[in-house]
Amino acid sequence: MNDTRWPKAYDSGPLLLGVRHHGPGSARAVRTALDAARPAVVLIEGPSEADALIPLAADPDLRPPVALLAHALDDPGRSAFWPFAEFSPEWVAIRWALEHGVPAHFIDLPAAHTLAWKESADEKEEKEKETPAGAGAGAGAGAGAGAADEPLGSEEQVRVDPLAVLAEAAGYDDPERWWEDVVEHRGPGERDPFAPFAALAEAMDALRERYGAGGHARDLVREAHMRLRLRAAGKEFGDEVAVVCGAWHVPALRARTTVAADRTLLKGLPRVRTDLTWVPWTHRRLARSSGYGAGIDSPGWYGHLFHAPDRPVERWLTEVARLLREEDRIVSCAHVIEAVRLAETLAVLRGRPLPGLSETTDAVRAVFGDGSDVPLALVHDRLVVGDVLGEVPESAPAVPLQRDLTRQQRSLRLRPEALERELELDLRGDTDAGRSRLLHRLRLLGVGWGEPARSRGSTGTFRETWRLRWEPELSVRVAEAGVWGTTVLAAAQARAEADATAAGSLADVTALAEQCLLAGLPDALPLVMRVLADRAALDADVGHLAQALPALVRSLRYGDVRGTDTGALAGVAAGLAERIFVGLPPACAALDGDAAQEMRGHVDAVHTAVGLLAETPAGAGVRGAPGTGAGAKEPAGAEAGDGAGAKGAAVSGAGSGDLRDRWRAVLRALSSRDSMPGVLRGRAVRLLLDDGALRSEEAARLMGLALSPGTPPADAAAWIEGFVGGGGGLLLVHDERLLGLVDGWLTGVPTEAFTDVLPLLRRTFAAYEPGVRRTLGELLRRGPGDTVAGRATQGAVTPGFAAEPDTGRADAVLPVLRLLLGLDGVYDTADDDSLAGVGA
Amino acid sequence: MSAMSATSASERPTTTAEPTHGESAQVLRPHAEHAFADELAALAAQDDRPRPARWKLSPWAVATYLLGGTLPDGTVITPKYVGPRRIVEVAVTTLATDRALLLLGVPGTAKTWVSEHLAAAVSGDSTLLVQGTAGTPEEAIRYGWNYAQLLAHGPSRDALVPSPVMRAMAEGMTARVEELTRIPADVQDTLITILSEKTLPVPELGQEVQAVRGFNLIATANDRDRGVNDLSSALRRRFNTVVLPLPESAEAEVGIVTRRVEQLGRSLDLPPAPDGIEEIRRVVTVFRELRDGITADGRTKLKSPSGTLSTAEAISVVTNGLALSAHFGDGVLRPGDVAAGILGAVVRDPAADRVVWQEYLETVVREREGWTDFYRACREVSA
Repeated sequence: MNDTRWPKAYDSGPLLLGVRHHGPGSARAVRTALDAARPAVVLIEGPSEADALIPLAADPDLRPPVALLAHALDDPGRSAFWPFAEFSPEWVAIRWALEHGVPAHFIDLPAAHTLAWKESADEKEEKEKETPAGAGAGAGAGAGAGAADEPLGSEEQVRVDPLAVLAEAAGYDDPERWWEDVVEHRGPGERDPFAPFAALAEAMDALRERYGAGGHARDLVREAHMRLRLRAAGKEFGDEVAVVCGAWHVPALRARTTVAADRTLLKGLPRVRTDLTWVPWTHRRLARSSGYGAGIDSPGWYGHLFHAPDRPVERWLTEVARLLREEDRIVSCAHVIEAVRLAETLAVLRGRPLPGLSETTDAVRAVFGDGSDVPLALVHDRLVVGDVLGEVPESAPAVPLQRDLTRQQRSLRLRPEALERELELDLRGDTDAGRSRLLHRLRLLGVGWGEPARSRGSTGTFRETWRLRWEPELSVRVAEAGVWGTTVLAAAQARAEADATAAGSLADVTALAEQCLLAGLPDALPLVMRVLADRAALDADVGHLAQALPALVRSLRYGDVRGTDTGALAGVAAGLAERIFVGLPPACAALDGDAAQEMRGHVDAVHTAVGLLAETPAGAGVRGAPGTGAGAKEPAGAEAGDGAGAKGAAVSGAGSGDLRDRWRAVLRALSSRDSMPGVLRGRAVRLLLDDGALRSEEAARLMGLALSPGTPPADAAAWIEGFVGGGGGLLLVHDERLLGLVDGWLTGVPTEAFTDVLPLLRRTFAAYEPGVRRTLGELLRRGPGDTVAGRATQGAVTPGFAAEPDTGRADAVLPVLRLLLGLDGVYDTADDDSLAGVGA
Repeated sequence: MSAMSATSASERPTTTAEPTHGESAQVLRPHAEHAFADELAALAAQDDRPRPARWKLSPWAVATYLLGGTLPDGTVITPKYVGPRRIVEVAVTTLATDRALLLLGVPGTAKTWVSEHLAAAVSGDSTLLVQGTAGTPEEAIRYGWNYAQLLAHGPSRDALVPSPVMRAMAEGMTARVEELTRIPADVQDTLITILSEKTLPVPELGQEVQAVRGFNLIATANDRDRGVNDLSSALRRRFNTVVLPLPESAEAEVGIVTRRVEQLGRSLDLPPAPDGIEEIRRVVTVFRELRDGITADGRTKLKSPSGTLSTAEAISVVTNGLALSAHFGDGVLRPGDVAAGILGAVVRDPAADRVVWQEYLETVVREREGWTDFYRACREVSA
């Protein structure tokens, strides 16, 4: 094609405008070239079924960034996107055609074929590795189908990136920068609007000669289709045809092949029934970092380059200065002047024709940001990427999400009704479980069709009650949720992941984890868990961690009930527990009364959670393993660490047996440190005693210590509250030695201190069951002498029992026994009156 | 003005006056422009790009001098600064655009080193230096008086003692201010007029010194230390700021630590440790992970302690460990030798940092393969 010259637009047949997708320089050049050539028809690289949607682009309500979304009719999850920004050359071409009343057509292979291809590719891939067949994969493949110069996805590594080859030849390490320098920053040539395209086509010619299809085998088929369409247009409009396509395809479109050969290539392609529509897109999704392979790092910057009439660097830095001023950073005009000078000189030093994004960024950092990256992050987020959200008119065809929802409603026999009604679900049945998942997913998506209500009858984990009400505005919500994905499942998953990243507090993330389990989104869990682990690592407040743990453990158990794989969850829970163990003792020191009470609640919650965590099946399986015996705790831990890469369940298993021991060590530390508030020390002793980790003699010794005369009475009373509060009365009933200690201490409290400790004691003892209170009173009524005697003989007999049987006490049981055995009428109530005052 | 510059030149410290090779071998540390005189000469000979007024080299050549490279004639320029190219480019460009340059960074990030080499490459003289301390007076930045002269002959140019900054202004050279944030705020502010008006009035004589083209100023400051005098925003805006980062990769940092430890060990006459590299890598890993707040594999986030944990501190921990193993151990650097040093470097604040350290031990170190000995050693010293 070296004989190609461009004295006139159509000298060598149709005008082929090779572009870089989303390149602002290309977009400008395309506009200039179209203005100069005035073609009779504009052909654009894009799925040819989308022709019908082109007129919508003239609708003022359709505002880019938007994307063409193609999806398979009977499987909305299979989809592909062709995103367009305002600065996309394709978009510019569409708008030019509409403004000039010239027909425009998409000429690429129909999406019906590309989606069918995708299906076979997906099937192949699923055998090798799991990939979510959601929107992300769809977009990646879709953009791949539509772009010549997109970044290469993992499966495309072997393919040739034409730009990278050219950039490398020019001595650039970054193909994007090369393109910017050589094409984007040059702007359209003033003399010849077609010169840049000719030069680029020549370069591509050389590349195609060297690499052929460059590993893009399907490109050959797509190009055959484009050639056929190009020929058809040529028949209708003569040579006055302009084609806007990826630069890579230009040589192929100019190649002289026979119609028959092209037809053969297209013969027998698989196809699926598809539907296309416009969907709103965002700059963030255009950016590479969001996982969509659409191809550009800095849509905001490109948008700026496209819109700025002149002096792009000055305008950009002024824009940055305005943003920073809004955020209360002092940026003066003098700063902007210096930043522009720095950026320009940097560009000279680096040998670039114009300052690019990296030069302006360096200038912003050095001049505006005091060398810090913090304001830069803001600039990157708000300007370089930008918050631009596209809009689509209501006349656009329905989004596939709505279609998927309708399908699910039908199959689950759950019709949307405006009337409010209650729905009881038994999660053991498949249909009901499916309904529950659908409602939970919709809730995640902000479509509040059903609200969970309190179950009337049982509170079992397999029952759920929902209050359903479909309001018309929910359809709008569904349409809005369409950005998240094409099926309810994929959308809910994408939404959950986005929410997790944006979540404010640790508790939010834990709640989200719970929701993910309820909504049956196991694929979202890894990311949520990652965020959770990160949050937990950075959260310095043990209280937050302690609040998060029970919910997490609950989710874990719930997941077990549902048979979800909760390996990752267990690992995170164990890690969270670990952090609590380390942080708890320092956090408990030097607390005032209220804070200590709150912390006591946390300690109880963690205790329960650790117990549950050790009891989950995953934990139970490994608890019997030889490594976890008392003498070999460390090796067990080390093993768990080694296996961490392999099985989450194994980690949690080895961790939880070990976990309980370590929690006990923490409790011991709490119980024995004087700086701890009494209530926490008492609580720790009690929990250890209940667990059987502390012998009752030892508990008595600790209690004696806590209640010894040297301790301030208020502190001792708090200890008692921690120890016997919350249903600890029976403990005192059954262990007379402990009761004796309490009794002895109480009688020794000085009069002036007594009024101080009374409220605490009352709070403790008033919570007991009346029966327990009465028994305690009865025990104490026997007087201090008995107690002292009991204490004197305590070495010889079982604690809590006197040496001789006490017939008086044995008789006291009789009324209860009579009651139990149903011997009415003989019930002796004589003692009741005298004991009634004990509790009060 | 020209008379004044002549005076100042005569008053220069004699130590910098063109030392011969024999002389420079005797000083403990020669100035950059002498130590790398050959490279500078080779660069100047082959540099055909435009040079700003009074620059010895073009900006491009200055960047090459700092970053290293091979000249067309085969002369190898050693890299003076190992780090992101971007940083050196921004620094050189700043000087070329006539803006003052502020190098920020935690201790041990080669701020002074970079500033010295920049001055040497740009002006061929790195000695116009003001060392900032809490006691730096205004005279160190503006000018002082020779009181014997002043009393004998009254105020005159002869009685004036110019500061390095004043001399740099008069001669169009690069001045350097070390530890700018340690200088009291009112003294710092004398720089404002110098940097914005490029003039230094001498009211006693009714004269002024105007900066000649080529004058510029490089300041260094420590951004981590507390209790320093923050720059006023008026002064701050006269500077372009470049933050010198800590080493980017673990390998680079291990390299720096190993090299420095070897040098220090030799000067302290410690026997070389055969298996030290293992522990050095471990120390660097611990420091980097805690500093960055994330484990090396990028999987787990961590809390960061309040200390700096700079490369310089890693070097001192290892040196200390070497001394321990040489004098009290078996001569091999063992986990126990460095554990105490690491603990001391990490736990600066007894309450908060201890939790950070314990969490790190229990969640990261305990489960890491091959770190069992280290974990035990740390448990021992932490208990």
